[in-house]
Amino acid sequence: MRQWLNLHGQAVRLVVSRLRRNAWATFIMWCVMGITLALPGLLYVAIDNLNRVVGNVESEPQISLFLDLAIEPEAVASIRQRLAEHPDIAKYRFVGRDTAWEELKSNSGIDSVADLEQNPLPDALFVEPKTRDPVSIERLHKELQKLPGVAVAQLDATWIKRLYAVLELARKAVLILGTLLGFALLAIIGNTIRLQVVTQRDEIEVAKLIGATDSFIRRPFLYAGAFYGLGGGIAALFFLLVITSIFNTSVAEIATLYNSDFSLDFLEPFSSLVLLVLAALLGWMGSYVAVNRSLAKFAFKN
Amino acid sequence: MIVFDQVSKRYPGSQEVLRNISFEIQSGEMVFVTGHSGAGKSTLLKLIAATERPTSGTVLIGNQNVSKIRPAAVPYLRRKFGLVFQDHKLLYDRNCYENVALPLYINGITGNEAGKRIRAALDKVGLLDKEKAMPITLSGGEQQRLAIARAVVSRPSILIADEPTGNLDEGYANEIMALFYAFQQVGVTIIIATHDVHNLDPKAGLLKLSQGQLERWRASGAPDGVGAQP
Repeated sequence: MRQWLNLHGQAVRLVVSRLRRNAWATFIMWCVMGITLALPGLLYVAIDNLNRVVGNVESEPQISLFLDLAIEPEAVASIRQRLAEHPDIAKYRFVGRDTAWEELKSNSGIDSVADLEQNPLPDALFVEPKTRDPVSIERLHKELQKLPGVAVAQLDATWIKRLYAVLELARKAVLILGTLLGFALLAIIGNTIRLQVVTQRDEIEVAKLIGATDSFIRRPFLYAGAFYGLGGGIAALFFLLVITSIFNTSVAEIATLYNSDFSLDFLEPFSSLVLLVLAALLGWMGSYVAVNRSLAKFAFKN
Repeated sequence: MIVFDQVSKRYPGSQEVLRNISFEIQSGEMVFVTGHSGAGKSTLLKLIAATERPTSGTVLIGNQNVSKIRPAAVPYLRRKFGLVFQDHKLLYDRNCYENVALPLYINGITGNEAGKRIRAALDKVGLLDKEKAMPITLSGGEQQRLAIARAVVSRPSILIADEPTGNLDEGYANEIMALFYAFQQVGVTIIIATHDVHNLDPKAGLLKLSQGQLERWRASGAPDGVGAQP
């Protein structure tokens, strides 16, 4: 255990001193990786905030139920009971056909309406679901449609569905962009480490001759890769922080004009942590591949 | 301790460098490997040090068969050896102390324990006052002594040196040889390849190679041919 700690401590010390010796190159590496990571990060932040905007939208999705014209009052009562007890429904509003008729006659301004002898309007119920998730709203919509006595259930939230679909698309774009740039990061780090392996050829050769295991030789490079990744992750968070705060000054202005106190949110702590861990892991992996390819050249000859 | 049984070595695309070599070196012996350049001295040492595998035959190092050893076990086998190379193979980007520290670091030994052993090794080769110096500032003899310090710092049971005095003038060469004798005194098995046959110790073992074959074999302190198993 002590030996194990020694080996790792020694590798970390070696790497830190090497990074410090090449401070400028290390700094540039971190910036390059920070920008690479900040691109998908920025898109993610944008979508995250857009999601929040959608969540804040005041016009709730609504399901309008129009009942059969010839429905019995008891059936209406039973439907109202069902809606009141339904767990997914926040509230509903009942508009009786007579009320609607009166409203129409007084508001429409169309004279011909008044000439109609019979009330053509059905009883109507306007349902507000608790959730804004399009899938559950769709489910509720279908369920209500099947209620006996309901002639038509109409979902007035198609625009929300469209927005969610667009957001879903954007989320996929983040994923794809993130994956692509992740590969770029692997390549950048892998190449840097490969160059370091070349400059440390002599050391690796001697170490192998006097009995260093592959993992001993690999270890400092893996730490270097992970440090590059971690530094890149921190740089990316810094870039995101700067960019969101720059945007926020303008966003706050616009929000005030709309009487809102909305402002852009930075990544939540958990997402930031995920970004850092992912960046370090990518660095580790890129380095692993690069070192292994180089180590194969020093392998035990037959 | 070291047993060769009908060992041959051929590199891809070349003739056999070693042919049908058999001998046995006991623990604590001092053995010189001689022969013209191209006779296969370096290859023989590489086979002993497990940096090459034999093409045929068996190489046993302390009862481990080098031909059959798992690649992952090779580093641990190599740690039994101290290696001194003709071209030193010192690391010129670090000072003497750090050069000698490398084998200990590989074994996971750091801190005070390592410091004590590094200084003891530097002291033995007379370079204690140069611990902070960079190897490039040392003379050829000093560089070779530094390489020896690195080879012995992890207290190996076998010390293998390929032409350790090859590029040195006589004064330095004698110094180096005196060091090897001192290590033999404390029980280390010493194997030295050299083309310089003038001042060989008549009591030491001798492996004379000629065109890849064992021309002469004498165990240390024994008459010619003893120990050979043709």
